[in-house]
Amino acid sequence: MTGNTLLSVEDVTVDLPTPRGNLRAVDHVDLTVGAGRTLGIVGESGCGKTMLSRAILQLLPKKAKLSGRVMFDGQDLVQLAPEKLRKLRGRSLAVVFQDPMTSLNPVLTIGTQLIETLQEHLELDDATAKKRSVELLAAVGIPAPEQRLAQYPHQLSGGMRQRVAIAIALSCEPKLLIADEPTTALDVTIQAQILDLLAREQRRRHMAMIIITHDLGVVAGRTDEVAVMYAGRVVERAPTPALFKKMRMPYTEALLAALPKLDAAPHTPLPAISGRPPDPTRPLQGCSFSPRCRYAVARCQSEKPPLEAAETSAHQFACFHPIKTHADADA
Amino acid sequence: MMLQSAPSVSSEALLDVDNLVVEYPVGAKIVHAVSGVSLQIARGETLGLVGESGCGKSTLGRAVLQLRRPTAGRVLFDGHDLTAMQGDALRLMRRRVQLIFQDPIASLNPRRKIGDIVAEPLVIAGVKDPEKRKQLVHEVLTAVGLDPTLVVGRLPHEFSGGQCQRICIARALILNPEFIVCDEPVSALDVSIRAQILNLLEEMKGRFGLTLLFIAHDLAVVKAVSDRVAVMYLGRLCEVGPSEQLFARPAHPYTALLIEAIPVPDPDVRPTETVPVGEPPSPIAPPSGCRFRTRCPRADQRCSDEMPELRVVAPGQFVACHHPLI
Ligand SMILES: Nc1ncnc2c1ncn2[C@@H]1O[C@H](COP(=O)(O)OP(=O)(O)OP(=O)(O)O)[C@@H](O)[C@H]1O
Ligand code: SF4
Ligand SMILES: [Mg+2]
Repeated sequence: MTGNTLLSVEDVTVDLPTPRGNLRAVDHVDLTVGAGRTLGIVGESGCGKTMLSRAILQLLPKKAKLSGRVMFDGQDLVQLAPEKLRKLRGRSLAVVFQDPMTSLNPVLTIGTQLIETLQEHLELDDATAKKRSVELLAAVGIPAPEQRLAQYPHQLSGGMRQRVAIAIALSCEPKLLIADEPTTALDVTIQAQILDLLAREQRRRHMAMIIITHDLGVVAGRTDEVAVMYAGRVVERAPTPALFKKMRMPYTEALLAALPKLDAAPHTPLPAISGRPPDPTRPLQGCSFSPRCRYAVARCQSEKPPLEAAETSAHQFACFHPIKTHADADA
Repeated sequence: MMLQSAPSVSSEALLDVDNLVVEYPVGAKIVHAVSGVSLQIARGETLGLVGESGCGKSTLGRAVLQLRRPTAGRVLFDGHDLTAMQGDALRLMRRRVQLIFQDPIASLNPRRKIGDIVAEPLVIAGVKDPEKRKQLVHEVLTAVGLDPTLVVGRLPHEFSGGQCQRICIARALILNPEFIVCDEPVSALDVSIRAQILNLLEEMKGRFGLTLLFIAHDLAVVKAVSDRVAVMYLGRLCEVGPSEQLFARPAHPYTALLIEAIPVPDPDVRPTETVPVGEPPSPIAPPSGCRFRTRCPRADQRCSDEMPELRVVAPGQFVACHHPLI
């Protein structure tokens, strides 16, 4: 990791009580994000991506139990007083959700919401806040921004709402933006525009970003580092180019293989992953992926593989039988 | 309304949609959801239908099956005009056509057991013998990869999204239909499950000799299963052609834009900073001439004056554009 670490998630575990028993949503996760860098967190639904981002933001459901540390900009967010946390969120730590209505208030105009956010965190008079709001809306690609200030969220399309949510998230120049499936609900052409927008604003502001997605395609061209999650754990973590060059964890490989390829002929059968992810209230003793893994041996069922580095310290994976690389084959 | 024609590759069309129009009245206004679409699907063929949200894909699919009566146009199924049919005749014809939805969990009645859900089309079709129904339910559940003995007595909420989609597919197959409209059948599923369901659909298609209209917004998914692809924009077809040809050499600027916008899982392929193309206009007041012109980098005066009609650009490939890319 180059530069100074802005966020470091240390041994974070999140447990949720459910009628069916304890659900371990996040299982001993360690992650770091350097200032100005982009981390992609990839995984399928239910693997713990959103709970992890909520743990970072300290926005977990009340009944959730969190252990570990979330060091952000020199302080442990887990220990921070609620008042200080609230100040931090929206100021230096911002978030964009999959459904923009999660962060937008349906009964307030776009203008009111932007201006209030600006004035809550920065000392701006009305005129300056309004001017800044217009600039922000223009920056996120909203046509006729002045007129939009008077509009309500429901008067905008899904793509436009997401732009407004991004404008609000960016308004106080955060150091870290967490984007949780920011484009999953949007069409491909709009998705590309929103991802371009995030990348552009990130460069301009030297902001760090975590992009959470289920789409390996989204992280490939747009992140510095990727963490792949499965059943609450990080199972592989590497600089993006290294990961795509040689995936070591069989789950990562299978996930990529299962994507339909544009250059494949129609009716080519897809290498599907059999079965489905384990029930999170019934944790497995061994590797969570073992029931679906084509390389699994007895040890994979009885013992949990730790997340460990291989040839380079930056590339880690949790697997007893990692996919062989050329170097391994030569040795 | 002018005609867009897109003949199929084979001469034997099982489905022949002719200048279909579907409009929804909303208050004093009209949503032009489908505005003069013609297409043919040959027996045994899969036609993929792609386009962005709200472009009218589902409306087209439902109008083909007469689940929504079209405002104008004809739908010939195996030579019979479904739009002219009523009552029993239509009900009989409906056994030969089925629909699979995007949201598998929501499309199953939460209070009914799986065995009853899958048997329901049989009951409606008048299969009275419970033993016969049970046997058919077991056969079809087995065909979609579920263990009937473990499944029939349970309720939908006990199943995952992928399993619910298998159940929906079983229900769609039980009357042995010839034609199925698959409306975004994998959009709600995770990658690892999506591949299973796509493979299953392909397998069922071969086994039951099905013809499919496969609707999706994901081009890679559509390409994986379709012989030909039709691209739709704001109620009209932009382009129709054999899958590989269309992806290799798109003729319509919108098709090219869609292909370019797909995120590629390869860090060496830098995402192209896409041209700022904005959002689709409202189908209540679609643009004059070419409906894509407000987002099109090639648009000129002619595009706002004159509606482009589908015409041949390459063997089997049709485009509705005044300035096609090929
Ligand atoms: N029952 C209805 N009443 C009024 N308008 C409707 C109705 N159903 C659909 N529409 C409108 O008709 C247009 C076409 O909708 P349709 O659902 O067919 O699009 P779609 O391509 O299937 O979109 P998606 O990808 O979101 O499923 C949209 O503008 C939609 O809002
Ligand atoms: S007809 Fe004109 S506006 Fe429409 S796609 Fe072609 S060039 Fe673009
Ligand atoms: Mg639809």
